Amino acid sequence: MTTLWIAIVGVALASASIKAAGPVLVGGRELPPRALSVIALLAPALLAALVITETFGEDQHLVLDERAAGVAVAAAALALRAPMLVAVALAAVTTALLRAFV
Amino acid sequence: MTNSGDCSRASHATYEEGALSRPSEMDGTEREARTRESDGYRAGAWAGLPFAVATLVLGISFGVLARSLGWGIVAPIVFSVIAFSGSAQFAVAAVLGAGGGVAAAIVAAVLLNARFGPMGVAIAPYLKGGRFRRALEGQAVVDASWALASRGGGRFDREFMIGATIPQGVAWIVGTAVGALGGDLIGNPEQLGLDVIFPAFFLVLLAEELRDARTVTVALVAAALALALVPLAPAGVPVIAACVAALIGLRRS
Repeated sequence: MTTLWIAIVGVALASASIKAAGPVLVGGRELPPRALSVIALLAPALLAALVITETFGEDQHLVLDERAAGVAVAAAALALRAPMLVAVALAAVTTALLRAFV
Repeated sequence: MTNSGDCSRASHATYEEGALSRPSEMDGTEREARTRESDGYRAGAWAGLPFAVATLVLGISFGVLARSLGWGIVAPIVFSVIAFSGSAQFAVAAVLGAGGGVAAAIVAAVLLNARFGPMGVAIAPYLKGGRFRRALEGQAVVDASWALASRGGGRFDREFMIGATIPQGVAWIVGTAVGALGGDLIGNPEQLGLDVIFPAFFLVLLAEELRDARTVTVALVAAALALALVPLAPAGVPVIAACVAALIGLRRS
């Protein structure tokens, strides 16, 4: 039980420090233009990577399962200009149906 | 809005309009600024609501998992309150559940949360107050809120981000409690396909970021890096490594 509590406090401290680092080190300073142009591209890079890992990743393996079908349906819905919540709901329904019936 | 010149011009324009609040550059009376601020929080909270639903489900799964590992009720709830970090908490459960040690669990969590480092740098100029307050406000950085608050050209909306995080934080803690208390009654939320909500939402947010050829290139490079690294590196590394794709921003367009 002690192991668990050490892990809990350790992870909480580590996580808080990582999140605090940027705000404390940069403070209120304007970032230089070159840094800004990299930061401007951070969102698409991070989001693309998260889509990949959350869709295809499982315990250090790439898997093609019901999640991929759901995300593909969401992508198609977005391409057809469906509202965001509709696209996400279609993804969940697709994944659930495939899990239930296939 | 791809080269650096455009970026700084765009951000200046926004400060003049006062859409993004920075204390030194806010115009109008204090009261107007306050109203605008609370509007920002409210808009962010609304935008964060769908993510809160997904987070609630995820929190329940975490509570159920913790219960199955014999963590009791208090530990998982305290964990969710003080760490508020879905992916890292699942990693800790996986490592400890498989008989791993504390060090391995913390390393896994740090790798998974490393992405919050660059994200914190990006949002830093828009936070308020002294070091302590900035450190505190930085805790509001979670994937969905940070991406929702991105205004292009490296600009961010502080109130929108904090507002979006609040319902997600509440949902994570409540979900954990529900899962830890009543785990057996709930069954497996994956059956409902709710685990796909996160990648689907990230895709939606990504689609909004794809403004031009350069952002598309970055997304493709990042996706390729992540795909290549998932089988090779521990969880978290593929995402932080994919940030390297953003260095394309150093090239002149």
